[in-house]
Amino acid sequence: MAASPLTSTILFRAGPVDITRPVVTTWVIIAVLAAASWLVTRRLALRPNRRQVILEVIVTGIMGQIDDVIRKPPRPFLPLIGTLFVFLVTANLSGVLPGVEAPTGKLETPAALALIVFIAVHFYGIRARGFVGYLASFAKPKLIMLPLNIVSEITRTFSLMVRLFGNVMSGEFVIALVVGLAGLFLPIPLMALEILVGVVQAYIFTVLATVFIGAAVDTVEPG
Amino acid sequence: MDTIKLISILAAAFAVSIGSIGPALAEGRSVAAAMDAIARQPEAAGTISRTLFVGLAMIETMAIYCLVIALLLLFANPYAG
Repeated sequence: MAASPLTSTILFRAGPVDITRPVVTTWVIIAVLAAASWLVTRRLALRPNRRQVILEVIVTGIMGQIDDVIRKPPRPFLPLIGTLFVFLVTANLSGVLPGVEAPTGKLETPAALALIVFIAVHFYGIRARGFVGYLASFAKPKLIMLPLNIVSEITRTFSLMVRLFGNVMSGEFVIALVVGLAGLFLPIPLMALEILVGVVQAYIFTVLATVFIGAAVDTVEPG
Repeated sequence: MDTIKLISILAAAFAVSIGSIGPALAEGRSVAAAMDAIARQPEAAGTISRTLFVGLAMIETMAIYCLVIALLLLFANPYAG
C-alpha cells in the first residue's frame, strides 16, 4: 500500500518542533529564489541585456494580469501576488526533480499560503477603505447577508487550500501508483501532465488571490 | 477486516466514481463551448483558452474534493482505529 499522502516524514527535531520534509524543501526553494532574485537584479541598466529583458517580461506580465483583474494601479499588490506566483510555480514544478516532493502536495504548505492570502485580503481591504468602511462592506447588499459573507470568507480560503493540495497531491499519488504497478517509463506522460497542472494551479491560486483582494478593495464583484 | 474498514473502502470508491460524473459532464460542456467560440472567432483564441483553463481547473476542484474525501476515508479515517 502506498504511503499516506496526508502525513509527512519527519527529518529531524529542532527542540520541541518536528521539522518535516516539505518544510526543508520550502527552505531550499526560498533560498534558491532569494539568491536568483538577488543575482538577476544586481546590475539593472536602462539599456537592458538579455537577462534583464526576461526579468522585465515576467514582472510586467504579472503586473498586467493584476491590472486586468483589479483595475487599479497594480504596484501595491505586486510584491505579494508576484512572490506568490513565482513561489508556487517553483514549488509545484519542484516535484518533477528526482528525489524531491513538491511541498504544495502536503496539506501544510497550501494551508499556510491560504492563510497568508486570508490575512492579506483583510489588510488590503482595511487599508483601502478604513476599518469601519471595510467592516460595513460585509453587510452589503443587505444586513441579512452578513452571516453568509462571513461564512464565504472562510470557505473560499478553505477551498483555495484544498484545490492546490488536491491537484498537486493527486498528480504525485497517481505517478507513484503507476510506477509501482507498471514500471519505469509509463508515468512519463503523466509527469508531463503534472508540469501543466502545476503551472495552471499556480496561475489559478494567484488569480483567485487577486480576485479576493480586488473584492476587498472594492473594484471587482466578489466571486 | 472489520465492517467500518469495509464500508470506508466502498464509500471511497463511490465518492470518486459518482463524484466525478458531474465534473466530467461539466468539463465536456465547457470545452465544447470554448471550441465553438474559437471556431466562430479565432482571433479571440488566446483569451478564450486562458479563461477555459481557469474554468476547467475550477470545475476539476469538485472532483478533487471527492478525491480528498476518499483519501481521508482511506488514510485518516477517525473511526477505523
